[in-house]
Amino acid sequence: ETYGHPRLLFDSMLTSIKLPIVIRAEINLVLVVVTALGLLSRLYGINFPKAVVFDEVYYGQFVSLYTKQVFFIDESGPPLGHMILAFGAYLGGFDGNFIWNRIGAEYSSNVPVWSLRLIPALAGSLCVPLCYLLVVELGYSHLTALGAALLFLMENSLIVQSRFMLLESVLIFFLLLAVVSYLRFHNAQSDSPVRLAWLVLTGVTCACAVGVKYMGLFTYFLLLGLAAVHTWQLIGDRALSNVSSLGSVVLMQVVSRFLALVVLPLLLYLGFFYVHLTLLYRSGPHDQMMSSAFQASLEGGLARITQGQPLEVAYGSQVTLRSVSSKPMPCWLHSHKANYPIRYENGRGSSHQQQVTCYPFKDVNNWWIIKDPGRYLVVSSPPRPVRHGDVVQLLHGMTSRLLNTHDVAAPMSPHAQEVSGYIDFNVSMPAQNLWKVDIANREAEQEVWKTILSEVRLIHINTSAVLKLSGSSLPEWGYRQLEVVGDKIYKGYQPSGVWNVEEHRYGTSQEQRERELELHSPTHIDINRNLTFIAKFLELQWKMLTVKHEDSEHKYSSSPLEWITMNTNIAYWLHPASNAQIHLIGNFVTWTLANLALAVYVLLFLSYLLRRRRKIEDIPEATWCQLLQAGVVCAGGWAVNYLPFFMMEKTLFLYHYLPALTFQILLIPVVLEHLHTHMLRWVPMTRLGLGLNPVTLLPFS
Amino acid sequence: MSRPRRRIQRMIDFVRLPREVTVCLCIISLCDLICFSWDETHFGKMGSYYINRTFFFDVHPPLGKMLIGLAGYMTGYDGTYPFLKPGDKYEHHNYWGMRGFCASLGSCLPPFAYLTVLELSQSLTAALITAAVLAFDTGCITISQYILLDPILMFFIMGAVLSMVKFNRQRYRPFSAPWWFWLVLTGVNLSGALGVKFVGLFVILLVGLNTARDLWSLLGDLHLSLMDFGKHLLSRVFGLILLPLFLYVTIFAVHFVVLNKSGPGDGFFSSAFQSRLIGNNLHNASMPEYLAYGSVITVKNLRIAGGYLHSHWHLYPEGVGAKQQQVTAYLHKDYNNMWLVHRPNDSDEPDLVRHGDIIRLEHKETTRNLHSHLHEAPLTKKHFQVTGYGINGTGDPNDLWQVEVCGGQKGNLVKVLRSKVRFLHRATGCVLYSSGKTLPKWGWEQVEVTCSPYLKETPNSQWNIEDHINTKLPNISLSVLKPHFLEILLESHIVMIRGNSGLKPKDNEMNSKPWHWPINYQGLRFSGVNETEYRVYLLGNPVIWWLNLVSLGLYVVMVAAASLHCRVLLEGGGLLLLGWLLHYVPFYTMGRILYYHHYFPAMLFSSMLTGKVINLHPKMNFEIGCSLFSSSVYICFSLCLSKPCSFYMFHPLSYGMRGPLAHDPDSTMAGLKWMDSWEF
Repeated sequence: ETYGHPRLLFDSMLTSIKLPIVIRAEINLVLVVVTALGLLSRLYGINFPKAVVFDEVYYGQFVSLYTKQVFFIDESGPPLGHMILAFGAYLGGFDGNFIWNRIGAEYSSNVPVWSLRLIPALAGSLCVPLCYLLVVELGYSHLTALGAALLFLMENSLIVQSRFMLLESVLIFFLLLAVVSYLRFHNAQSDSPVRLAWLVLTGVTCACAVGVKYMGLFTYFLLLGLAAVHTWQLIGDRALSNVSSLGSVVLMQVVSRFLALVVLPLLLYLGFFYVHLTLLYRSGPHDQMMSSAFQASLEGGLARITQGQPLEVAYGSQVTLRSVSSKPMPCWLHSHKANYPIRYENGRGSSHQQQVTCYPFKDVNNWWIIKDPGRYLVVSSPPRPVRHGDVVQLLHGMTSRLLNTHDVAAPMSPHAQEVSGYIDFNVSMPAQNLWKVDIANREAEQEVWKTILSEVRLIHINTSAVLKLSGSSLPEWGYRQLEVVGDKIYKGYQPSGVWNVEEHRYGTSQEQRERELELHSPTHIDINRNLTFIAKFLELQWKMLTVKHEDSEHKYSSSPLEWITMNTNIAYWLHPASNAQIHLIGNFVTWTLANLALAVYVLLFLSYLLRRRRKIEDIPEATWCQLLQAGVVCAGGWAVNYLPFFMMEKTLFLYHYLPALTFQILLIPVVLEHLHTHMLRWVPMTRLGLGLNPVTLLPFS
Repeated sequence: MSRPRRRIQRMIDFVRLPREVTVCLCIISLCDLICFSWDETHFGKMGSYYINRTFFFDVHPPLGKMLIGLAGYMTGYDGTYPFLKPGDKYEHHNYWGMRGFCASLGSCLPPFAYLTVLELSQSLTAALITAAVLAFDTGCITISQYILLDPILMFFIMGAVLSMVKFNRQRYRPFSAPWWFWLVLTGVNLSGALGVKFVGLFVILLVGLNTARDLWSLLGDLHLSLMDFGKHLLSRVFGLILLPLFLYVTIFAVHFVVLNKSGPGDGFFSSAFQSRLIGNNLHNASMPEYLAYGSVITVKNLRIAGGYLHSHWHLYPEGVGAKQQQVTAYLHKDYNNMWLVHRPNDSDEPDLVRHGDIIRLEHKETTRNLHSHLHEAPLTKKHFQVTGYGINGTGDPNDLWQVEVCGGQKGNLVKVLRSKVRFLHRATGCVLYSSGKTLPKWGWEQVEVTCSPYLKETPNSQWNIEDHINTKLPNISLSVLKPHFLEILLESHIVMIRGNSGLKPKDNEMNSKPWHWPINYQGLRFSGVNETEYRVYLLGNPVIWWLNLVSLGLYVVMVAAASLHCRVLLEGGGLLLLGWLLHYVPFYTMGRILYYHHYFPAMLFSSMLTGKVINLHPKMNFEIGCSLFSSSVYICFSLCLSKPCSFYMFHPLSYGMRGPLAHDPDSTMAGLKWMDSWEF
């Protein structure tokens, strides 16, 4: 308030200028040294080998797509990780021209190997000082912290993982930074802006960790849990809440924590996708997995075709109908000049009418004409739009057959009806070719059928069957195209029974010959359509979570149980001629010590817990709290990053264990310091306690 | 209150009303149903197996089926009904005993719930509401009418919860007779629940957590000496761990003693196990003792539930290695499991096969040789493909295998049944291996067989010779080492767990998702599809289920509000909420196929919580939100009154309906199809 007046502010500035200008710097030399060691160990000679090493083959293709700004989907994780790697490529001026197809392939001269590997290596080396800081924040001595940093520094697997274009070191960096900044926030005494900055930094780094790999969620939830407990204690602190003015302080605290740890990460996560979608605006290899609307928003590809189509589907429109379900693959309603065989292999009969299938490639036979029953085939002027609930016929453009279904078992799914292309040849089978248009995502009852946007069910009038993609493919006689059936027991919303118009134009020719020419010529009129960011985000996120690759077993895949004992390794690279090799394998001493430390910690914790319950206080309250907090961060961090893998069905590798290992390593010096300061004093007093305690024997046996 | 009056009060508390209501409801319609439905084919058949004493394999532990079989036996069912497909008529067979047994256990649920809630809340209203919820729920009635495991399972779960709650009430009279009684009863019910289905593990977890909390508070009580605490601990270890374990093992012992004849489940088990079964070809087997050239053999994988080396006329499909004949591992006994042992050259002089010999295995039915080559195997891509190749025994050098007895030396003979054998492929050096993965439809869902380049000795790569037919050699009676009981127990568990996780949804089947269940999204069709058939549809009474859902949410809100305000957690309800969570949440992580009826144990807990929530409001005397709660509670209460009405509306679901489907205005269910996903 004193600075409120401009005059006063000026005065105070003057007085401060009068003082000598002094910078007082404290430099923790130990920290500097370990950082330097970290940098040295991670950065030294990172451009060797000049060949694709292990998963670089996988991340590399995305980096290339990024530099070319081509849209792709990677179901393994959110986009931030690829963005960070792509940033390295940008720094090195990579043009994206490299074919990432084989581990061990030599890099061509246009690939800036050094800058591609720089960012993960930097992140990996900065983890070393972070380990130091984390242990200090947990309340342990600097010697202990130095121990933690050195153990981390000398962990072979972490070194290997940091030195290549891989994401684990970046993830671990963000995880450690999140924990350190949360502890800084928690340990800071006063309500200073610096304290708030640590809180915000926690939120930001959590979002980054989750943005690099979904695995970051585990540590994020652990921190959220820790924050929830701390906040709960704050609320319960009667000394604070009873004083009415302090009540609002508590409220402020709760709100600020909620904003920084929940809302901010969510917004940032959306932000990553926003940048991702803004950067990648060109159509690319994974277009077909997305909906027509999404594809139309990308430059090139479908957008080139759909740009300028009429929006409203009218009687006489020529359309291609795409199945909304992309299982087993995206495809368009299709028919061709071939009939169903009279008898199938298993002896069942068919209608012997023209086949109707779903075809996964663009083709002139994918065109259908929306026809008003009993009327002409051209669009009237003005166009008469088709609305929800209208009854239409669908005429196949090239063969003039009408889309038809009847009570004949479908070829592959005999419980459903066969769908055929029908033309009246005066045979005994009557035409059943009327379909009701049912717009699944309508907002009004009389809604008009819109190109790309409307998701439409076609319900057969005679049998109320729904036109549906069955998911199986036809045998040789159906050219292995996908089967389309009429499903009588269709219910709810199944994507396989929903279609949308992708390409669309108003038909103008009455004559079949002219119409065929029209179908062969590309579409042209102009209207622009855009999807909102949120709609795109939701679709992309949903696709990333649901699209699954075939589970292929890998030569170096392993099970979580093998990780603890390091019963597995991964060969990252092998020189074809000189037999030089790079392996991912841990430092056996560190792994054993870490496992031992965990076991000792659990035993210590249990024995203290039980004895405290009997009101036997071996260690002071503050030490107990410190031990508890270290346990939550280190043992808890290990558990949340390790145990969930037992429930995962995907292919797992040793490097999935590294985040868990990081936290486990931190436990070693913590347990050692505790044993040193408390157990040595405690041993002679065992007689007073429960008697024989296994923990007391452990360090000396 | 004087003692006798208190006793009278207690007698009144023991209102039998809810029980009678359900008993009536269940029994009335039971005998009307003359055709059996859905899973009855399954469990009814197993009841018959017990009566006929034939060995079978099922993914659930045996107690439930044993009790069904016992009930059938007691009521004169002779075990001859074939149980072929759902919807067949029972005709003259005496099936009512089995159904009546399940129904009577099912009708115990409302009174059990009544007593539990009475203990937890000390309120008659809450208890009556709970009992009414369960008594008028169409789902519970439907599921307890038929020969299913679920009513038996739910009976034991509710029994365990009731006795646990009763035991908690005895806290201030430790080591008294009722204290011991309820403790032991809890243990007995736990073993019962686990003995029926593995879902019983969840109630064990609930009781375990409750006991841990109990012990924790005892430990904190400094008046109690460590000696006394030890007594508490040991008595619980005895009552809740050792006793149930003993009973559970006993159930299996009875199971194995009763089922002593060979039956359809043999192939799932090891050769040693099969030798126990009367009628099995290994029972008192007599065959040539040592493997010889020219013999017809079957080869079984040593992995538990490993299957026989098998081949058939079908080829590997396009794109899966070479298009040659499939070789798989098959769990059932079959002609296609037979193989002929040959020398590499075709002379079959009767000589014994020795360790290190090179042999050729010819498939007896199709005359193809066991063959491997450098194509990748269909599922385990690191391994090589194994096929059937050649015709009439002539093939190529890739058909040669080297026999090795594990732990043997050159020249050792191969003992039938007792030797562990490896088959090393001559050309590539890989070893014949069964990966345990199920092949897709083209492989008839049999188990993959590969040739593994990794020569680690695992049961997957070890085989034994099971059948051995050679007319030129004398048969010797083999007293195969009878397996120890604990070995059988372990083996049958591994087989059951494998079977359970192997139940994956088929491609075209609609898989029920756990989130469907609490909102009553979709039921399960028990019998009948068409208008003319007699239809039964398992679906909870929607009024009740949605009320349960609302009260769950309400409870959480109340606890949150109460703990924020006075930081006290509400007793009793937490136990029920925990029970609901434990019986519901784990299903989200299960990979196996799920059904609607899996929710019913969880539904019991949420129903009890409903009673509890409705009763909570008088105690919540603090200002904030009180009016809000009580108003919503009164809404709930008025909903409760609608329970009998809604039951009347929906009763045709459980008691069966004929005639048109619900979309027809003439149907009994007209206008009641509130959700599109219901199929009646």
